[in-house]
Amino acid sequence: MANQQPNSGNPRVDIEYRRKKSAEEMRHQVITFALMIFLTIVAFVAAGYEGFSGWFIVPFILILALVQVIFQLYYFMHMSHKGHEAPSLFLYSGAFVGFITIIAFLTVIWW
Amino acid sequence: MSTLAQKKGFGAVLWDYLTTVDHKKIAILYLIAGGFFFLLGGLEAMFIRIQLAVPNNDFVSAGLYNEILTMHGTTMIFLAAMPLIFAFMNAVMPLQIGARDVAFPFLNSLGFWLFFFGGVFLNLSWFLGGAPDAGWTSYASLSIASEGHGIDFYALGLQISGAGTLIGGINFLVTIINMRAPGMTYMRMPMFTWATFVTSALILFAFPALTVGLFLLIFDRMFGSNFFDPAMGGNTIIWEHFFWIFGHPEVYILVLPAFGIFSEIFAIFSRKRLFGYSSMVFATVLIGFLGFMVWAHHMFTTGMGPIANAIFAVATMAIAVPTGIKIFNWLFTMWGGSITFTTPMLWAIAFIPSFVAGGVTGVMLASAAQDYQYHDSYFVVAHFHYVIVGGVVFALFAGAHLYWPKMFGTMLNEFLGKITFVLFFIGFHLTFFIQHFLGLWGMPRRIFTYLPGQGFETSNMVSTVGAFFMAAAVIILLINIVITSVKNEKVGNDPWGDGRTLEWAIPSPPPFYNFKQLPLIRGLDAYWLEKMEGKKGMSPAEPLGDIHMPNNSFIPFVISFGLFVAAFGAMYRAEHSWGIPVLIVGMLITLGSMFVRSVKDDHGYHIHKEDLEDTNDKGVKA
Repeated sequence: MANQQPNSGNPRVDIEYRRKKSAEEMRHQVITFALMIFLTIVAFVAAGYEGFSGWFIVPFILILALVQVIFQLYYFMHMSHKGHEAPSLFLYSGAFVGFITIIAFLTVIWW
Repeated sequence: MSTLAQKKGFGAVLWDYLTTVDHKKIAILYLIAGGFFFLLGGLEAMFIRIQLAVPNNDFVSAGLYNEILTMHGTTMIFLAAMPLIFAFMNAVMPLQIGARDVAFPFLNSLGFWLFFFGGVFLNLSWFLGGAPDAGWTSYASLSIASEGHGIDFYALGLQISGAGTLIGGINFLVTIINMRAPGMTYMRMPMFTWATFVTSALILFAFPALTVGLFLLIFDRMFGSNFFDPAMGGNTIIWEHFFWIFGHPEVYILVLPAFGIFSEIFAIFSRKRLFGYSSMVFATVLIGFLGFMVWAHHMFTTGMGPIANAIFAVATMAIAVPTGIKIFNWLFTMWGGSITFTTPMLWAIAFIPSFVAGGVTGVMLASAAQDYQYHDSYFVVAHFHYVIVGGVVFALFAGAHLYWPKMFGTMLNEFLGKITFVLFFIGFHLTFFIQHFLGLWGMPRRIFTYLPGQGFETSNMVSTVGAFFMAAAVIILLINIVITSVKNEKVGNDPWGDGRTLEWAIPSPPPFYNFKQLPLIRGLDAYWLEKMEGKKGMSPAEPLGDIHMPNNSFIPFVISFGLFVAAFGAMYRAEHSWGIPVLIVGMLITLGSMFVRSVKDDHGYHIHKEDLEDTNDKGVKA
């Protein structure tokens, strides 16, 4: 696992490989962090710009928010690593159930 | 070893059970508490049938009838069926996957005590000014208008016991994901474990909807909000959606473990591998998935419109497909098998036609246009009793007979078991089959009496006679339990002789650490596999070593008790000055004991290797 510190006494642990992995991980995090700041600025600009109507701004910001959540989960909370299959299955199932509920409330009750 | 197994006095045993974190003892607690509430709910059912036996009856008044009817449904679903299923899950699932306990033993105990105090709180309503009277669904238009504290008992009691169920479900999920023995892949898990897994996932996703709904109801009734009051801009339909988003998965939460128990029984007593194991797993998961898309079929007549009704009708009918897969797999499991007609097998065989009958009326009800005719009639009552009694209660009886030796080390009497079965089977069909026709003839559900000359007299009398048959069956089961416990004839590892899964490879009841060495799983039906190769038990997957065990704890009891006290405070806050202090004291008890739990280091203890070697069984066994 790349997210573990190479501090075990096991001689078979390849420290070079670990280092490379960690460096790659770090690069991904920095890139994602920059992208997230950029997306936040875009969101503020979109909300502040007079020319856009609410029908554009709201869905647009929601999409940006979704992308940010995915960045957060996969790059900062390490869901891209191995061994996260069960948590991601339950996360997506829960999101799906929540989504169905909201859709049903929006279309059946409040329409 | 001598220090581990000694004779204890009654007080010590009681204290042991109050503090236990052992999944097998918690299973027994669930069985006792669930069994008690089952008798209570059964008593309420008898009152209902006595009241309806003849027209214009005044055995109970209309108001009391509403309370009995509400408490019958609520008790049977939340306080009897669910805990009894949890009893078997706790007793069997960790053994089936080769684990020494569940993942969070402390939480397991907390889950039980929350359920228990919630159930006691709900039932105290009988003595404190009247029980809830808005039906087990507690539709907001009725429950907001209900006088007295009945509905408050319902909302607070279910909130507490629901938290316990949620904790239990998460615990089982983590256990199955993380604690399977070496070699126990997902596709080698016994069917009951699979059912437990899917059920726990359903609990995880469905119970929050109930929690939210109950909180809104609590706030509407006790704190002056207006979520469900149309006059104040609320919407009473929102409760119905929340309730059924929880409520429909809830019926699959009940019936999937029942399917799991029957899958085990068919395989054991046909001496055959379960037919189509992978399709069974697929069907179980698919039922769980579809279970979330169909809740609004309970609400066809609320005026959702033709499009919503059509979508939910089609989704509902789709569930018949995976259920059909299961039915055929059970039939094919029996086909060509060497069948023995033990008590559990009788229940299992009777389950198939009974449950299919309930499923067929389910498809009838799923058709939205037809549902306008059946809605709120006795046809619906007949339908859901056919699936819940014919599916779940049959499985609970079957499971009780099947797993009794594993839980208590003694066999229930087979002869009395068969009498129980015959009486219950006859009584069940006598009671509920005729109710289909009562519904079609126009008898509405939830009425406390009816007039003579409407053509309902004979059928209602038949139905009541059937109910007495079921009551007799339950009494014989109780006698059976007493006789078996008094005789106390201990049995060996595999009392049915044909056990297939891991739990039958270890003593009955299992030692408190379950497995001396974790077993190596080499395939589906792991124990059967070893037996067929002439081995006595499982091959161990690890050398004999110290076993880490959790310490007993009284804290779960105190946490749950605190919430129980706080619920009284919340309820009587408005009319008594002591309400707020009691609410605060209760929350302090709960939060204080949680704080103690957090700061006190409790690392458990080890059973040392030397103590395990001591026992005089020869050879290496798992």
